[in-house]
Amino acid sequence: MKEQMEKLKIQLDEELSLVNNLQELDAIRVKYLGKKGLITDLLKGMKDLSNDERKAFGALVNELKQSTADKIAQKTQELKEAEIRKEIESMPQFDVSIPTKLDRGSYHPITLVQRECERIFKSMGFTVEDYSEVVTDYECFESVNIPKNHPARDMQDTYYLENGQLLKSQTSAAQNAILKKYGDALKNDGKPIKAIFPGRCFRNEATDACHENTFFQMEGMMVDKDISISNLIYFMKTMLSEVFKKDIKVRLRPGFFPFVEPGFELDISCLICSGEGCPSCKHSGWLELCPCGMIHPQVLREGGIDPEEYTGFAFGLGLTRLAMMKYGIKDIRDLNSGSLKALAQFTDDE
Amino acid sequence: MFISMNWIKDFVDLEGLDTLKLIQQFSLSTAEVENEIFYKGSDISGIVVAQIMSVEDHPESKKLHLLKVDAGDGKLTDVVCGAPNVRVGMKTAFAKVGAKIGEITIAPRPLAGFESFGMCCSENELGISDDNSGIMDITEDVANGTDIKELYAIDDIVFEVDNKSLTNRPDLWSHYGIAREFAAISGRALKPLEIDDLTQYNSLPLVDMKIEDPLCQRYSCLQFANISRNVSPVNMKIRLFYCGMRSINFLADMTNYLMLEVGQPMHAFDSRKVGKIRIKRFDAPLKFTTLDNVERNIDENTLMICNDNTPVAIAGIMGGLDSEIVEDTTTLTLESATFDAASIRKSTVRLAHRTDSSMRYEKSLDPELTTLAIARFVKLLKDYDSTVSIVSSLTDEYAFHYDNITLNFDKAYVDKYTGIEISNDTIIDTLTKLGFTASVSDNNFTVDVPSWRATKDVTMKADIIEEITRIYGYDNFDVNTAKSPLFPVNMEQEKTDEERVKDMLVKRYNLHEVHSYVWNYYDELKALGIESKGSIKLLNASNPNIETIRESLIPTQLCQIKTNVGFAPEYGIFEIGRAVTGIDENNLCIEKKFLGTTLYSKTKDVKALYFELKDMVETLVDELKHKAVTFKKAQATSDFEHPINYNAILCDDKVLGYIGIAHPTVSKKIDKRAAIVFAQLDMSVLASIKNASITYDEPSKFPTMDIDLSFVTDTFAPIKKAIENANSPLIKKYEVVDIYEDENSKSISVRITFSHPQKTLTREQVQEIANSIIDELKANGIVLKG
Repeated sequence: MKEQMEKLKIQLDEELSLVNNLQELDAIRVKYLGKKGLITDLLKGMKDLSNDERKAFGALVNELKQSTADKIAQKTQELKEAEIRKEIESMPQFDVSIPTKLDRGSYHPITLVQRECERIFKSMGFTVEDYSEVVTDYECFESVNIPKNHPARDMQDTYYLENGQLLKSQTSAAQNAILKKYGDALKNDGKPIKAIFPGRCFRNEATDACHENTFFQMEGMMVDKDISISNLIYFMKTMLSEVFKKDIKVRLRPGFFPFVEPGFELDISCLICSGEGCPSCKHSGWLELCPCGMIHPQVLREGGIDPEEYTGFAFGLGLTRLAMMKYGIKDIRDLNSGSLKALAQFTDDE
Repeated sequence: MFISMNWIKDFVDLEGLDTLKLIQQFSLSTAEVENEIFYKGSDISGIVVAQIMSVEDHPESKKLHLLKVDAGDGKLTDVVCGAPNVRVGMKTAFAKVGAKIGEITIAPRPLAGFESFGMCCSENELGISDDNSGIMDITEDVANGTDIKELYAIDDIVFEVDNKSLTNRPDLWSHYGIAREFAAISGRALKPLEIDDLTQYNSLPLVDMKIEDPLCQRYSCLQFANISRNVSPVNMKIRLFYCGMRSINFLADMTNYLMLEVGQPMHAFDSRKVGKIRIKRFDAPLKFTTLDNVERNIDENTLMICNDNTPVAIAGIMGGLDSEIVEDTTTLTLESATFDAASIRKSTVRLAHRTDSSMRYEKSLDPELTTLAIARFVKLLKDYDSTVSIVSSLTDEYAFHYDNITLNFDKAYVDKYTGIEISNDTIIDTLTKLGFTASVSDNNFTVDVPSWRATKDVTMKADIIEEITRIYGYDNFDVNTAKSPLFPVNMEQEKTDEERVKDMLVKRYNLHEVHSYVWNYYDELKALGIESKGSIKLLNASNPNIETIRESLIPTQLCQIKTNVGFAPEYGIFEIGRAVTGIDENNLCIEKKFLGTTLYSKTKDVKALYFELKDMVETLVDELKHKAVTFKKAQATSDFEHPINYNAILCDDKVLGYIGIAHPTVSKKIDKRAAIVFAQLDMSVLASIKNASITYDEPSKFPTMDIDLSFVTDTFAPIKKAIENANSPLIKKYEVVDIYEDENSKSISVRITFSHPQKTLTREQVQEIANSIIDELKANGIVLKG
């Protein structure tokens, strides 16, 4: 009997060494450990043995059963690992140098620049106001202290419509409405008026690479008790440093605009040379960037705000110009061309 | 406008100060200075006065002469000269060997066979005039060898002020006005103008002059005779030339010189032609020839200077040819007047003719200047021409006076406006230097505005703030943030929606944002066979192509699609832009902000593309508002819309917009084989739709059960209605899983998902609900697919 058991062990080892896959292994398991398997067969000869012998033999058979089961389990593990190895090895090396076809949408560059400016002002507590493009003479001129004979009203500068309205020639056309919109909160709750109003403006002029009849501006204003020239300089410097993402020096020069008094032309230190002087700033070290000033008392009065009690500043930024500066757009007409060759390049820029 | 620093220094002593720094400070305190500063005379040296002692013709050249000149160095120098005006005894400007003119250094050189040791120069070569007709003829009695720069004020620093930055400052259109600013900036005193005392002529007869029109504010004139001088002094010519004007003759130069010096335009008439001065407008248009020999059409709104009824000058703009001073003029009438600024500006626009004179009048000149300018004119005239005699008394009609302006404010006002501390002494000192009469008592200021600032420029106390701060210097300001209280900031719904729409269309659907013009481009639309529709036109479109304001974004977008054919086989564009859809009862434009979207595809069929756009619209509204939209068949109204599949987009019973297909005629003109679909949404309607809040549904622990039903139907609408009518809380969702279509019929399979929060559903429970749906549809003639 023992002989038979040894034979079985050798036979098993030999068969296991030849197994290639889990199916074959399962056949071996059935052959040895199944209900009618070879090891169970061994027990059949036990009936001729004495009790003691039977006990000892039984223990031997169980031992054999266990060792067989272990061997099969081990083999199973080996086969599984081999299969994973095989799967890994069968994975080809991908050619990641193949370029991806990026199918991305795009924002208009004005949107990108406008969002950037809006983000900065929102972070400083300014509201963002929208305003119509068709406005009245009162909104565009009268209410912002542009008297009847001011050259800005001349037909050649402004697009007039048949009904006497006009296409707004400046974002200041929204000033009066905004002063009125927030005037009560200012007077009753002490809530300062802090607003920016980006918008499209129209000037009746011939277009070329540098001139457009349709362009974007962004105007901003702040009105409260005790708003001063000192505050104006602070806000302009802070805001422009954010816009250009570097510490900007600002310089104010007197400038005349009917809706402010005093009015200023604001220069910033040249972005290219930082003030050293270069061809880009015509060697002056400065770039003329935006008009600004203290809101004219008449403009406040017309907006229902007492200029004796409140003061404020206002400024205008050329969004179109900013976009052209930021992206190096040379021909202003590209912006309204609708040409995707130009515009599809402006994917997100946040 | 060009400014000569030599001229400025006539009126303010700037000795010992850095001129360049002063000019920069002027730019920061007063008005914009152009970048380029001109160092006049810096490119010439070694030019001396020399006398021509002999002139011989060149043996072979008709043009050239052989000269011997005395350059004051004790010898005669041989010079070959080509100028036509050489003569013995003449003194001229002579560039000696070693002298520099621009890039050239003068050296001995052979000229047509003769050695030349220097060069006689024209005024043009010296850079002091544009006269190149011959060599300079020096008439001053001066020793040979004198450096030309000692004789004439050739060395000068000239800068240009940007005229646009002077629009509100009539007083700065003159050297004297600019000098006043330099005085304030430098802290030096402004010298008074030296003038003639005109009262001495009071016994002489008056000029026959009368203002007959309120557009003339003041008219002053004076007659004089016996002018012997014809050519202006060289230094005067140099200043005029440096300031951009040509020398004409002594009298014309004098009027120009006075205009540049004090800012008052002047005009001299031949007294024979202008004996009875009347200032008026004519009742009917007329033709008038100005002294530049151009015949101009004068309308009845243009103010004219007349000799009785004969026009002799366009007031404030230009004199006439007929009354111009000529060779035999003996007696002159000098005009110095002020006219209504707006009237002059409008006249120049109508005449399309702007002059140095009209530019100044447009700015609202100070009427006080007229007599001052005459007094200065007479002073200089007498200085330069000893024979002149004054033959009339000063004749002056002062019809319109500006109000005297006195402003009162306190120190607290200045502190509040500036946000910094500027002392009372500084305030008073600054204002005084600028010509204001200022006093302070107990922190209360009283300021009288000088006449030259009171015509429109300084009218209120905020204007005084500018005067104080610009001279104080903005660079010297302490910079502080505002002390305003903080409040939360809310964005308008429409603005929030707009940004989210853009993000979604770009990021999720890969569309491209474009901008376009607010008017119809007639030509572009016509090329696509689209009529330019609009409710209102521009009155003054410079281009007839852009007359009509658009009423929809879609036609523009179809043009843009055409522009971009070839960009990609498939793409979409969008714009959030404006259009005018009508005129309201108050005659105001109804302006709408629309989202316009157009998709183009060469690879998809029109149905697939249409459903892509429909999906986009539904997703967009769901994303922004958590609400579903419905589509309702609508009537196409424009020639670019395909009449079939034109649908209104509705949400909360409001019409959000329309979705449609490009009309085949238009579509074929863009691209024969492409599908083009579009949608337009009204952004304000979108903003008005309330955002449905999210209601949380506790997920059931029990399994869901699906049931699939296939109905024979052309459209899903009745199925949707039946499911909704079943009104069962157990129905969690439904979706279309299959659409089958053959020649005979169409069927739609819907999968309804049921779930119960507290128990496992039985097949019977679910079937009962399904049956109610089936029954309702059957009642409407829609049966289950067999």
